[in-house]
Amino acid sequence: MSIYQLNVNKKKHRVEVDSDTPLLWVIRDTIGYTGTKFGCGMGLCGACTVLLNGSPIRSCSTPVSTLKPTDKITTIEGLSEKATHPVQEAWIEAQVPQCGYCQSGQILAASALLASNANPSDDDIDAAMAGNICRCGTYPRMRQAIHAAAKKIQNAKKS
Amino acid sequence: MKTQTSRRDFLRISSQSAFILALGFSSKGSVAQIQKYNPALGVEINPYIIINESGKVTLFNPRPDMGQGTYQALPLLLAEELDVLLEDVEIQMTDGSARFGSQLSGGSSSVRTRWIPMRTAGAAVREMLVQAAANRWKVSPSDCSTNNGVVINKLTKAQFNYGELVEEASHLPVPQKPKLKSFSEFKQLGKPSKRPDVPAKVDGSAVFGMDVQLPGMLYASIIHSPYIYGKVKSFQADKAMSVKGVRFVLKTERVFFHGPFADNAAFDQKIRSKSDAIAVVADSYWAAVKAKKEVTVDWNALGFAESATEQYFNQARAAALREGNEYKEDKVGDFSKALQLSDYKIQATYQTPFMSHAPMEPCNATVYVQGDQVEVWAPVQGPDGLVNDLATYLGVKPEKIKVNVTFLGGAFGRKAVFDFVMQAANLSRQTNAPVKVIWTREDDIQQGPYRPGMISALQGGVDKDGNVLAFEHRLNGASIMASVFKADMRNNPDPWAGEGINLADSPYAFPARRNSFSWVDPQMPVLWWRSVYASTNVFAQESFMDELAHEGEKDPLALRLHLLRDSPRFVAVLNKLAEISDYQVKRKKGVAIGIAIARSFASIVAHAFEVQKDGTGVKIKQVYSVIDCGFPLNEDNIKAQVESNLVYGLSAAIKNQISRTHGKTDQSNFHDYAVLRQGEVPPCQVFVMPSEEEPGGVGEPGLPPIAPALCNAIFLATGKRVRTLPFDLSSI
Repeated sequence: MSIYQLNVNKKKHRVEVDSDTPLLWVIRDTIGYTGTKFGCGMGLCGACTVLLNGSPIRSCSTPVSTLKPTDKITTIEGLSEKATHPVQEAWIEAQVPQCGYCQSGQILAASALLASNANPSDDDIDAAMAGNICRCGTYPRMRQAIHAAAKKIQNAKKS
Repeated sequence: MKTQTSRRDFLRISSQSAFILALGFSSKGSVAQIQKYNPALGVEINPYIIINESGKVTLFNPRPDMGQGTYQALPLLLAEELDVLLEDVEIQMTDGSARFGSQLSGGSSSVRTRWIPMRTAGAAVREMLVQAAANRWKVSPSDCSTNNGVVINKLTKAQFNYGELVEEASHLPVPQKPKLKSFSEFKQLGKPSKRPDVPAKVDGSAVFGMDVQLPGMLYASIIHSPYIYGKVKSFQADKAMSVKGVRFVLKTERVFFHGPFADNAAFDQKIRSKSDAIAVVADSYWAAVKAKKEVTVDWNALGFAESATEQYFNQARAAALREGNEYKEDKVGDFSKALQLSDYKIQATYQTPFMSHAPMEPCNATVYVQGDQVEVWAPVQGPDGLVNDLATYLGVKPEKIKVNVTFLGGAFGRKAVFDFVMQAANLSRQTNAPVKVIWTREDDIQQGPYRPGMISALQGGVDKDGNVLAFEHRLNGASIMASVFKADMRNNPDPWAGEGINLADSPYAFPARRNSFSWVDPQMPVLWWRSVYASTNVFAQESFMDELAHEGEKDPLALRLHLLRDSPRFVAVLNKLAEISDYQVKRKKGVAIGIAIARSFASIVAHAFEVQKDGTGVKIKQVYSVIDCGFPLNEDNIKAQVESNLVYGLSAAIKNQISRTHGKTDQSNFHDYAVLRQGEVPPCQVFVMPSEEEPGGVGEPGLPPIAPALCNAIFLATGKRVRTLPFDLSSI
């Protein structure tokens, strides 16, 4: 067991875990943010996606020892106050989720895409979202919601 | 937490007001069973609806939500007739106790079976509240109306909210035949509405089984038999025990389906009810997973070490040469005679693979066994069935078992059987602690139960004018009835296996028709998978319909319209599909449109796939879908379910399969059990037929016609007939 300092959702956490513990289980079981999900344990499905300094990573295959105290980790709980991120609002508007299990990861991946690409094409969306599986098949609605969120962000900038 | 109700919460709800009106209905859902709930007198009831003095309405929702929309649909039925807004209703999941009757989400049945009972419960309460108000105003109930939780005196415009009337209403007789609204009176049903579970699913607050945490809880990871069935000869756990955080390495077991759970000493080759397993139980899940790799187990494969799916399909193809056990109820005319009289005879054999459900949330459960008291927190499709199974398995009384149903992170049939919950119960009893069992994705993909792979052998006869005279469909393969309920299917047709192609589902007016089933032992557990046998049967049947059309030189749509001429709902769906897909417009060379139609779970769905030749394969340009599911409760959710079936069904057609060699499953995770990803989904357009027929199923009927519509289009574009799934779209 070792002690690690983590910055999750703008809060500092001191955790005592084994050095090879994946960030996923630290976030879920030690810190208690359960919005981040376990899906495959091999970085194949994206259910465990969180943002590391703004970029999506697979927390199930990221050992806690690889993170620095200065790294900023964002989970779904820290994306916005009261689900007000434009991606979350677009998700509700398009009624994207079905079972909902993969959606935290999908939303974080989409928010990272829009942060780096204000007006993504369909191909951009395909590439950015390829790591996140949805067995309910909400893909068409996610595409629609990402385009809607992009428009929303652009309009907010204009006004 | 909104989605769970502990016994404690229930008591708090019951006691926070002296006057609570609660109504329920029996497992049969009959109106006559509605009784008044009087907690002060302790009258036993089936409480589904509770209204307290402040007017707050709580509905006990007996249909777990796995993404199909029951979290909204069932409360909506109640809210409509009670005349309250859905956003004013609190939804609590039922806990599995018998007084709630059937609590299974499965077979796309939730709205179909609760359409009348839920509305009746709502309407009865509304009539009692109106009567209470009328008594106070000394007017006739017909002088009163309701609106969103308020009774209004039409003469004076005076108002009472429901909470103010609850005490008086609770003393009134319960109307046994309350008047239900007509379709035109609906204010919420059939109108655009947003699902109440969606906000919690975009901010991470929705609680799934995986998210349950209890004080003092231990985590368990399981080592299953690599042959699915198996006995532990010996195991070595010293190294695992030295991993920090590991508390126990224990022998446990895996039970299959609903029992009987035979004594573990011997393995009954017929019922195959139990396998051994080893559990690593630790303070953290990671410690359990890590330590698992340090355990060595010597397995007895119980004779399954050489079983293989290739062998199974060979046996099924051999079985297909025999006539099989006939479905007498599907028999029309004399097939053999009609075939003899046909000018052209064709036959074809189709193969569909075993499939894993692979919901995003792997199986998991948290159970605390304390003496004869058992509490469960788990993503299960049917808490009532779970209570029965646990009572049998643990030898405790059903009324001592309470199930907290969480949201389900997908299920597709898998979470209607409870092996993973039983493991947690077994381990909790052994360790005297609450235990959370989490299956890995590898457990999920490699351990089954699976959708049965099937061989469909079809024969048809056509006359010189292209009329179909004779039609036969021989089903060959595993029986879900035999697997789940230990039925003997050697000399009987599995009564479920004809889904999608039996006479009720497939009203093609063939002059002669014959369906049969031949059982083949899959040597592994099989289970219903989204749309069950319709998923395999309809691929074969609707593909063969096109083969018959081409043999008789008929247009595939025209042939279907002719044979379905006495089934107006089918005809309307096909005509709508032709309209939205521009079916009659001539496509350019290499582009073609293929169709398929099927009824399953009381709804009719047709798809059209437009494909284009692309190198050695094809590209799907566009999918068009039409669904007639009777009265559409929430059109947007119905569209979402059709889109969902497109993705799930297409994954099964062109991406993945489960195969086994030397007794072991060849696939293990999403790298070799690939599923559709963003960028692989064709654009789709869904049309929902307006209707005032009884509601049909929605969660599954979209799936069966996916693969045949695609393959029919591929044949028209390329001349190649696909008869085995899955196949590679880029190389036909």
